[in-house]
Amino acid sequence: MSDERTEMPASEEQAAARDATGWAKSVSRLNVSEVPEGAVNINVQGRRLTSPIQGFGKMWQKTYQMRIPAERVSNTDLIATWKQHFPDFWPEGNRFYGPLTGIEPGEVALLNMTLPGKMKLSTGVMVLYADEESFTLMTPQGHMFAGWITFSATAVDDHTVAQAQVLMRASDPIFELGLTLGGHKQEDRFWQDTLTRLAAHFEEEVDIDTQVVCVDKKRQWSRWSNVWHSSAVRSTLYTLGAPGRAVRRLFKRDRAVA
Amino acid sequence: MPEAATTFDVREVTEQTRLIDIKGDITAQSEDVLMDAYGRSSGEGVKAIVLNFTRLDYMNSGGIGLLVTLLVRAQRQRQRMLAYGLSDHYRQIFELTRLDEAIGIHDSEDDALAAAGGS
Repeated sequence: MSDERTEMPASEEQAAARDATGWAKSVSRLNVSEVPEGAVNINVQGRRLTSPIQGFGKMWQKTYQMRIPAERVSNTDLIATWKQHFPDFWPEGNRFYGPLTGIEPGEVALLNMTLPGKMKLSTGVMVLYADEESFTLMTPQGHMFAGWITFSATAVDDHTVAQAQVLMRASDPIFELGLTLGGHKQEDRFWQDTLTRLAAHFEEEVDIDTQVVCVDKKRQWSRWSNVWHSSAVRSTLYTLGAPGRAVRRLFKRDRAVA
Repeated sequence: MPEAATTFDVREVTEQTRLIDIKGDITAQSEDVLMDAYGRSSGEGVKAIVLNFTRLDYMNSGGIGLLVTLLVRAQRQRQRMLAYGLSDHYRQIFELTRLDEAIGIHDSEDDALAAAGGS
């Protein structure tokens, strides 16, 4: 019997292999398998992912870069370290509850963020894509912004260039207002601090190069109703409801003892 | 010197429709060539841009980001964007990233051009 299969060229095989492992499997709604202690899963479970197309505000591309001598760390080693210790590089006051399996395509992580005015916000992200040189986190409905953040490292001359690039629209009118009133600056500081901490891990002091481009000045008013899912509103209501939940728990415990 | 990984060839199908044949990889590094192809395809009176993914080898998340940026540029010019030739895998990626809500996906060139003709 003859074998009529056509041999795939090596480059296509490599591309197919990259595809098979790099992208998350298709999901219609997010599922959080385990909620770590301290994390709050009120704005992730059952939510859909949102690209910049589904967002409300102006569309921005923000790029934060730093350079480390290649002799200190290669681009693939830097990404491996970044994936492994991702939460450790986050600025203080913010928590990334990563999955036990680490940054792997399809994994969902919960986040506790501190916004201007010390407001606490619970949200999450899904790992959309990950390979040896980059990984991408995508946001769910209700997150501050609709879009994704790609973390990458490339070898340029005798340096390793690490980059965080955000492609986003504010999810709803409230977040758009918040971003305009200081939120953009805070986000810039967030990723600049993250890259500074990453560099410090490799015992380097670096300057962060920041480039902000407004890709689309138009706001998508047809998306104003995204506010229904707003993690800011729901996190605030959740915080305000804390005393009530504590009293209910107390009553339940008393009843169980009786 | 390594061979260029990607080419974007522009075909003028009708006065209102341009087709971009994509060959190779789409990554963040493809930005200049993709935007150049869009610039060549986006003349006055063009109302639809059709992307042919039949010979796409590989696309990462940087490539998906580029498509979003391209889509915004096309929308600014009041142009529709359509696609065909996507493998099942990349159709799923379009669904996952919800690009399929803004870029019309079709099975064949004929289907895509028929849809573009209605623009």
